[in-house]
Amino acid sequence: MAYLEIKNFYKSFGQTKVLKGIDLSLEKGEVVSIIGSSGSGKTTLLRCINFLETPNEGTMTLDGELLFDGSVKKAEKEKFLREKRLNFGLVFQSFHLFPQYTVLKNITLAPTLLLKKKVKDYKKQLKNKAKLDNSLTKKQIAEMVSIFKKENLEEIKSDSLALIKKIGLEEKINSFPCELSGGQCQRVAIARALALKPKILCFDEPTSALDPELTGEVLKVIRSLKDEDRTMIIVTHEMGFAKNVSDKIVFMADGVVEECGDPQTVLTNPKSKKLIHFLSSVTNKDGE
Amino acid sequence: MDFTTITLKLLEGFLTTCEIFALTLVSALPLGLLIAFGSMSKFKPLKILVRGIVWIIRGTPLMLQIIVIYYVPGLVFHIGLLPRLIAVLVAFTINYACYFSEIYRAGIESISSGQYEAGKVLGMTKSQVFFKVVFVQVIKRIIPPMSNEIITLVKDTSLARVILVAEILKNAEDFVAWGLVYPLFYTGVFYLLFVGLLTIIFGKLEKRFAFVTEGSSAIKVRRKLSLKTKISTFIGSIMIVSAVAIAVIIGLICICL
Ligand SMILES: Nc1ncnc2c1ncn2[C@@H]1O[C@H](COP(=O)(O)OP(=O)(O)OP(=O)(O)O)[C@@H](O)[C@H]1O
Ligand SMILES: [Mg+2]
Repeated sequence: MAYLEIKNFYKSFGQTKVLKGIDLSLEKGEVVSIIGSSGSGKTTLLRCINFLETPNEGTMTLDGELLFDGSVKKAEKEKFLREKRLNFGLVFQSFHLFPQYTVLKNITLAPTLLLKKKVKDYKKQLKNKAKLDNSLTKKQIAEMVSIFKKENLEEIKSDSLALIKKIGLEEKINSFPCELSGGQCQRVAIARALALKPKILCFDEPTSALDPELTGEVLKVIRSLKDEDRTMIIVTHEMGFAKNVSDKIVFMADGVVEECGDPQTVLTNPKSKKLIHFLSSVTNKDGE
Repeated sequence: MDFTTITLKLLEGFLTTCEIFALTLVSALPLGLLIAFGSMSKFKPLKILVRGIVWIIRGTPLMLQIIVIYYVPGLVFHIGLLPRLIAVLVAFTINYACYFSEIYRAGIESISSGQYEAGKVLGMTKSQVFFKVVFVQVIKRIIPPMSNEIITLVKDTSLARVILVAEILKNAEDFVAWGLVYPLFYTGVFYLLFVGLLTIIFGKLEKRFAFVTEGSSAIKVRRKLSLKTKISTFIGSIMIVSAVAIAVIIGLICICL
């Protein structure tokens, strides 16, 4: 069984059927690019994978664990949804950075909030242990908890600094999002998603909101992630990049996977009419 | 009746005015947020109830509400009257909380769903998303309408005199019995100074939140104003306000003589 396995995803909004039975599989360390014309359901698929939408049908397993099963009709508890979401990261087309925080705080915020819960659990665990064998005094527990917290905070800080270095924004570390260019914002958004160490990172047209001269810097960062063997799903309109970076290309049309395979075959040797049409319309646009 | 006595008497009233203002603000700001949540609730009955209350409160005069809260418990239910100041505070708090709630609601609804979703995919809880991500942005957006409403509150405090609370305007009016009209105009100076001060504070707040703007357009933010500009804006604002105040006083004295 593949690392990520999506089977038979259906999703409709009221009367509009958007996903009509999507199958998608992905190995660890692989990069999949999803291409397809506007309205074919690419964003909806990513949102379903990230638990922002609930598919009407279908299953999703990650690393052997069943994360979603459409046949179970009961709504999932918020808490479990949250835990499941953490398996994935999502980079939005329009960044959605938190405008009131600096670059650094944007990246550290979510891990710091998660740490609170972690610290609480750790404290509980120590207390239970103390109850059992009376080995720890209250003071000792408090001390251990504060050390635990401090160590973790330092780790978050150093991880974040490393990420900022990776995206090449050391000088902007204390800037606010409104002081950054679009390309810089998107790089911060990527770092923010990476800070939670997701198993799979999803991109929804990460360069579509950018001026052409800014796409390069973002694509370079994604490229470097590929070199680290991260598992990624990238929705993109950049054909050249998709061909370059992906191990597999999925072409979606009208809510189904129309064609799928390695980049060479799919892009240079398309079989279905829709894909031939799509590719010619994309290349025409590039030619202008 | 010399000028000093009158000034002292007005100051005494002004203290009550400030008291009504401050206590109303402190209680209506959080209550308003609560009402805003109620009016956006997914639980239909609660939403309808809250919106109904807001409609009634905003649809009737504050003066009427003060009178009702002061007299109705005693005259209709025979359980004695509330102390006057308390009655005023209750009426003001409810009234202003309803107005504030609509401002909060507009602010909250103006935040793009992208911000909520960004928080969600980063594993935040609902309350974390609201308080860590959305709330500051809401505050930034509501500062202008809130300042408007708060400035109105300064002047609405004068309605307290309808149940004989000795705020500044009532104290001034009492002098009319002595044949003195100018204290009435003199109160204007107090109101103007107070509102002037608030205007400066709100202006500062707006600047402070300037960076809170979603979108990538490069708005240049001066994060730290230099000390010199700080001092000069401060002195400038004080001068403008005092100039207005002095002009008013001189004008009044001229009229009275
Ligand atoms: N929340 C929603 N409610 C109703 N319809 C929706 C909703 N979200 C998406 N749709 C519809 O689903 C269809 C697919 O949308 P989706 O955003 O997934 O397309 P896409 O492939 O990402 O397109 P694009 O390339 O333009 O981003 C569209 O027809 C859209 O109108
Ligand atoms: Mg899309």
